[in-house]
Amino acid sequence: MTKKIGIVIVSHVPEVAMGIPKLLEQVAADVSITSAGGTDDNEIGTSAGKIMDAFERNKAQKLLAFYDLGSAKMNLELAVEMSDKKVNIYDVALVEGAYTAATLLEADVTLEDVEEQLAPLKIK
Amino acid sequence: MITAEIVDKWMKLFYSKISEQKAYLSELDTPIGDGDHGNNMMRGMQGVEDSLDKLSNPDLKTILKTVAMALISKVGGAAGPLYGTAFLEMAKNCEKTQAPAELFKLALEGIKKRGGATTGDKTMIDVWAPAVAALETDSLSVEKIEAAAAGTKDLVAKKGRASYLGERSVGHLDPGAVSSQYLFESFIEAGGIE
Repeated sequence: MTKKIGIVIVSHVPEVAMGIPKLLEQVAADVSITSAGGTDDNEIGTSAGKIMDAFERNKAQKLLAFYDLGSAKMNLELAVEMSDKKVNIYDVALVEGAYTAATLLEADVTLEDVEEQLAPLKIK
Repeated sequence: MITAEIVDKWMKLFYSKISEQKAYLSELDTPIGDGDHGNNMMRGMQGVEDSLDKLSNPDLKTILKTVAMALISKVGGAAGPLYGTAFLEMAKNCEKTQAPAELFKLALEGIKKRGGATTGDKTMIDVWAPAVAALETDSLSVEKIEAAAAGTKDLVAKKGRASYLGERSVGHLDPGAVSSQYLFESFIEAGGIE
């Protein structure tokens, strides 16, 4: 059964955004993972519209979002303001943070405990 | 007082300045960033022009919101959400006030919140903050804006990709400050402070 909390990956590069979920799905088959990468023209950058779309496609109503660089966070925040879903953004190392969250969510660990394990991964 | 007509004229002037200076803005962005500020702003302003062309007799709120959404969806780099937020804040508040000093002040607060930067961090804020202060005393001028943008040359970058370079960012103008210089110059030329 799909878990209640999902994961969203945001990267400046479409291939990075597509690749990370592959890694996460290995440990979290039941966690809904969606991603947004690149600008609307698939160039290097991020798009608030694409991020909104990743929120919508995710099967969960509560989402944990992970991103690569600063401007991705700005577009994430814009998308969060425009979305009805509850989204938490984490300033942690992208791959390690998302992988940790995916592993723990799959094991039904509480959000509070997930956040406790994410805390030392904060790098931005 | 800011009106829909002024915003329309302002955006046309800004678009032409960005077109003229596209290569220069990307060049400024090359040593301390990722070299795409000119292209990003050009794509954004092309989006603004395309969106505004589709409107007929828009009111102030509609035109400001249209500019914001075009910048947010088209720019791609950090400038998109930052400029986009500035115009979105103006759109949200333009029914309460049309005074440039007040609307630009709210826009500046939005930029600060979105980017987490403050005065002296070598960002667009180093042009926006003195511009807002000058608007509040009715003393905004092209000279003041140019001096503010030029002043970013001596600063150490604290935000964005340039901040990775730390002290090495000194000696370079901040590209976002220079595009903001064009934005305020265009606003003055459009009759925004008359």
